[in-house]
Amino acid sequence: MAREELRTPVSRGRTVENPPADLTPTPGQTIGPFFGYANAHEEVGLPYRGGPELVSRAHPEASRLHGQVYDGAGDVIPDAMLEIWQADPQGRIPEETGSLNRDGYTFTGWGRQAVDRLGTYSFTTLEPGAPGQGHAPYFLMVIFARGLLNRLFTRVYLPDDEQALADDPLLASLPAERRRTMIATRLDDGSLHHDIRLQGDRETVFLAYPGIES
Amino acid sequence: MAVEDHAEKNLDEENFTAPTVTGPDAAADRQADINREVRQHQEQYRVSGARESQPRLDYAPYRSSVLRHPTKDPHHTDPELIELTSPAFGHRDVHDLESDLTVQGGGEPIGERIKIRGRVMDSAGRPVRNQLVEIWQANAAGRYIHKRDQHPAPLDPNFTGVGRCLTGDDGSYEFTTIKPGPYPWKNHRNAWRPAHVHFSLFGTDFTQRMITQMYFPGDPLFALDPIYQSIVDPKARERLVASYDHDVSEHEWLLGYTWDIVLGGSNRTWMEPEDEN
Ligand SMILES: [Fe+2]
Repeated sequence: MAREELRTPVSRGRTVENPPADLTPTPGQTIGPFFGYANAHEEVGLPYRGGPELVSRAHPEASRLHGQVYDGAGDVIPDAMLEIWQADPQGRIPEETGSLNRDGYTFTGWGRQAVDRLGTYSFTTLEPGAPGQGHAPYFLMVIFARGLLNRLFTRVYLPDDEQALADDPLLASLPAERRRTMIATRLDDGSLHHDIRLQGDRETVFLAYPGIES
Repeated sequence: MAVEDHAEKNLDEENFTAPTVTGPDAAADRQADINREVRQHQEQYRVSGARESQPRLDYAPYRSSVLRHPTKDPHHTDPELIELTSPAFGHRDVHDLESDLTVQGGGEPIGERIKIRGRVMDSAGRPVRNQLVEIWQANAAGRYIHKRDQHPAPLDPNFTGVGRCLTGDDGSYEFTTIKPGPYPWKNHRNAWRPAHVHFSLFGTDFTQRMITQMYFPGDPLFALDPIYQSIVDPKARERLVASYDHDVSEHEWLLGYTWDIVLGGSNRTWMEPEDEN
């Protein structure tokens, strides 16, 4: 079912018909305050009920990734939306459709959640495996918020394999205090805790990629 | 590390009185103050000789950005496997009818019926195929279905303002909707947003993920809007403005707009053959 819809978003190297002369990337804009919400009674806009549950809480390997989003004054941001995109526990990149309409069995690797009024997010998911030799496993995260004029990317690394963290090329290129802002904390209950700080002393490391102006 | 205490978990979901949306002191600024700050950014950009094609994150005329922009430079990195791929969406996720925002209620929504269509491509002009496009917008009166929207304009029982579709093999997307109205907000006194449709886009690489706003040509509010003006390059700003397209307009039915979207460079190495035909 979901597997039949395997697809490649690939353009085979060909351009669209009559491509525009100007291929400068389109500017981003803030998500604003009205992107919607999902709760037990209603679903409006981008967030949806199954968004933060990549697997059922009853799944034997279910893990919780949670935290809060803060502004430069240390106040929580109550109108942010987060997405994660990740490998499965074997390090495989999911190709299955169905994130917006989860069947309860297929792991699609992508989740979305609007934070609550306390700026809290909580994803239920499987922990990613390493994406390759010499790399530590992480969740890729994108952050949108009212007041934030363009999206921000960061990685949320699993804290457990210290050797892998030490060997990771991205983490190795950061000073220790900056490095910490990309590594989740394993709590006593087994969950992964990770706060996002848009500004300030403990500001999260946000990423820039080639060809993507930020 | 201690988890910040958030024991008060039983929230009243219906009671959105977040002071951040309707800040008490924010409205003290006048439009003239905002305009002056906007001009300062424009002038600074002009003399800098630099080229910017994205909004400035540190853009004080948009007051809510002051505490919500990073102050440290982004860390440059080469994308890895997960960053070079993107979630897949399909007909399991999106129903064909979701691209027509005028058929979601029991009757016709009020306002000017329009079609918006265009193509999603990467910066090499290659189409982004079978990918998710989501939109959300105010109704014709400038009102969102959202509990934080306190604008005293009517809701439309036949209009949710939310739609989605999948791009075609040629990267094309198409929505039928109602032209949104401008609406007031709390950035400063007598602040109004130009009419716009919010767009959410995925590429072939997750690093291309973006959210933006599409505007309508000739809006008199452009010069006054700090969100639009946060893109300091005039040509870059215009990339968010759709074109009226009479070939898209339909006889005795609707008016048509065209808007192409270019996502930042795809870093994936394409292994597929150049042409399978
Ligand atoms: Fe809006």
